[in-house]
Amino acid sequence: MSAVHVVHLYAAEMNIYGDNGNVQVLRRRLEWRGIPVDVTRIGVGDPVPSDTHLLVGGGGQDAGQAVITDDLAAKGPDLRARADDGVPMLLICGMYQMAGHYFAPFDAPRLEGVGLLDVRTEAGPTRLIGNVTASSDFGPLVGYENHSGLTYLGPDAAPLGRTALGQGNNGTDGTEGARRDNVIGTYLHGPLLAKCPTVADHLLAAALAAAGMGRDLDPLDDRLAAEAARVASSRPR
Amino acid sequence: MDVLSTWLGKGVQSSLRLAGRTGGTLPGKVVEAVDSGYLARRLATLPHGVTVVSGTNGKTTTTKMLAHVLGTRYRVLTNPTGSNFTRGAVSAVVDVARWNGRLDYDLAVLELDEAYAAKFVEQMPPRRVVVLNVLRDQMDRFGEIDHTARLLGRAVQAATGEVVLNRDDPRVAALADLATVPVRWFGVDTSLRSVFRTDDELHADEVSGTHEAVGAPAEAHPRHADVELVDYSPERSTYRIGAVTYPVALKAEGAHNAQNAAAVVAAALGEGLDAGTVTTALADVPPAFGRGETLSVDGRTVVLQLAKNPGGFRLALLSQQQSPPDVSVVAINDEYADGRDVSWLWDVDFSGLSATRGTVMTAGTRAADMALRLRYDGVEVAERITDVPAALHTAVAAAPQSGRVVIYTTYTAMWRLHELLRERPSPTRRGTRARRAS
Repeated sequence: MSAVHVVHLYAAEMNIYGDNGNVQVLRRRLEWRGIPVDVTRIGVGDPVPSDTHLLVGGGGQDAGQAVITDDLAAKGPDLRARADDGVPMLLICGMYQMAGHYFAPFDAPRLEGVGLLDVRTEAGPTRLIGNVTASSDFGPLVGYENHSGLTYLGPDAAPLGRTALGQGNNGTDGTEGARRDNVIGTYLHGPLLAKCPTVADHLLAAALAAAGMGRDLDPLDDRLAAEAARVASSRPR
Repeated sequence: MDVLSTWLGKGVQSSLRLAGRTGGTLPGKVVEAVDSGYLARRLATLPHGVTVVSGTNGKTTTTKMLAHVLGTRYRVLTNPTGSNFTRGAVSAVVDVARWNGRLDYDLAVLELDEAYAAKFVEQMPPRRVVVLNVLRDQMDRFGEIDHTARLLGRAVQAATGEVVLNRDDPRVAALADLATVPVRWFGVDTSLRSVFRTDDELHADEVSGTHEAVGAPAEAHPRHADVELVDYSPERSTYRIGAVTYPVALKAEGAHNAQNAAAVVAAALGEGLDAGTVTTALADVPPAFGRGETLSVDGRTVVLQLAKNPGGFRLALLSQQQSPPDVSVVAINDEYADGRDVSWLWDVDFSGLSATRGTVMTAGTRAADMALRLRYDGVEVAERITDVPAALHTAVAAAPQSGRVVIYTTYTAMWRLHELLRERPSPTRRGTRARRAS
């Protein structure tokens, strides 16, 4: 049996606040179901493997974001083609911003994104920090945001969720994250997938399809995740 | 003005104590509100000035060690455990000042966290700034790691005498460019690099899932360190100072404490002490609050290990792997002082806990989150108990007589445990030196 190939994009350069946990969750949820999984970490200068079935990218510091900009531009056409082929992607915080059209800081040149999602990000006056809860097609989302960029959705992006607590994309329109087909962008650290396993399984189902291993995912016991999500939702901002 | 402010602060302090409460940071808060320049003016009278100790990890232990060592020669004013905010420092000054505001001290050693260090130096340029490290910490409080380094840079820029920097932390070493005064370096010999990882290395280990040393093989560092830790075991740390090596048996357990002690030696040399005096005094310093403290509960040994960032947590877990405890408890609170964001727990590799044959429990407000985290590392969790006192009781009962319980805990859970465990007056009662971090 072949394996699902998860690619962790910029695992060294863009990986903060437990983003690595999303990869861990995806890996384990395949292993627990007896499905072979390979994880490859790629960075600046590395090609995106041709057999990528699921791509994950995380948040970064200022320096990390600057380091990847040129390389990401070079990978852009390839990444857009993969997304069009249905390869699922999860892009958190900094990589969510760079997956859009651009990120415009106050005091530095605009960073061009790769346009995987129809969103744009402008520098905001304050950092938006704290616990977030939101409703979504996947059920309740819980996580932690920490960003200064304000992200606005274009017509080709649907919001991932609607915030109940927290600021989300921009603090004004009540949206959190963005979605286009199997590409999901979000500000939620946590990591998101640990306490929102339905999002994880959505990505995994799409990954299995991309791998030509399409099959139903056996249910897992996610009561502990539900309890952790419930507790997190009850905590102060 | 200083007399008035001192009276005001002491008045608040006395009222609190009459009410049966510790002074805490309220006196500092009150004085700061009515007289924001009080601290700077008082501290400016100290003949040997102020040494600020900052960085992400190890401030409390380092401050305690440095105050003790300098205390062999000087009258040292220091802020009590954990109260590393400006108002904690103001409270400390109010506490020890005479009623006329006079300070009978030669110098001060103050622990200040990164954000407050940057604010503090605007009012009071310190003679010396000691920067230990920059780790991924409670990032929700300040923003990002590069921002944290910039805050420390402001403290370094303000130093009037010298700065003491960690040669082996690239973000700290880079601060040397900002210093307008000489730099005194401390470091760890390259042969020990696998024990003393930088935050980037730890982070790289975690994301790659490897425990092996990564990157190029250790080479001699191009920059000379004035004080270098050249050999380490739990029983003995050996420092090279100039051309001479000095073995020291530190009481504070843990490899990171040995690294911090190198910073202490460097700072003490800068204050004019000789190497022999410094290393002798270091051996007498007891562990700081909750940093590897060992207590006896119903015949069991309970070890309290503060865990507040991935690097420190990883080191604490590694230090227990040689002789696994009977019960391990991970107590995670998410109150403000802990940091609301618990995402960082996913940057720690907990798989080592499963290798122990002991029982693993989780506790605190995020007990469920922590249990979920451990599940994804293949660690079976026997109990998860939100209430910290109940968790302590269960953990002690689960250990055999004369068994060992190790509790890894965030700040506020640590304070709760300390209240329960210490036989000496608890932090809520009069007369204790321990104070709650604000």
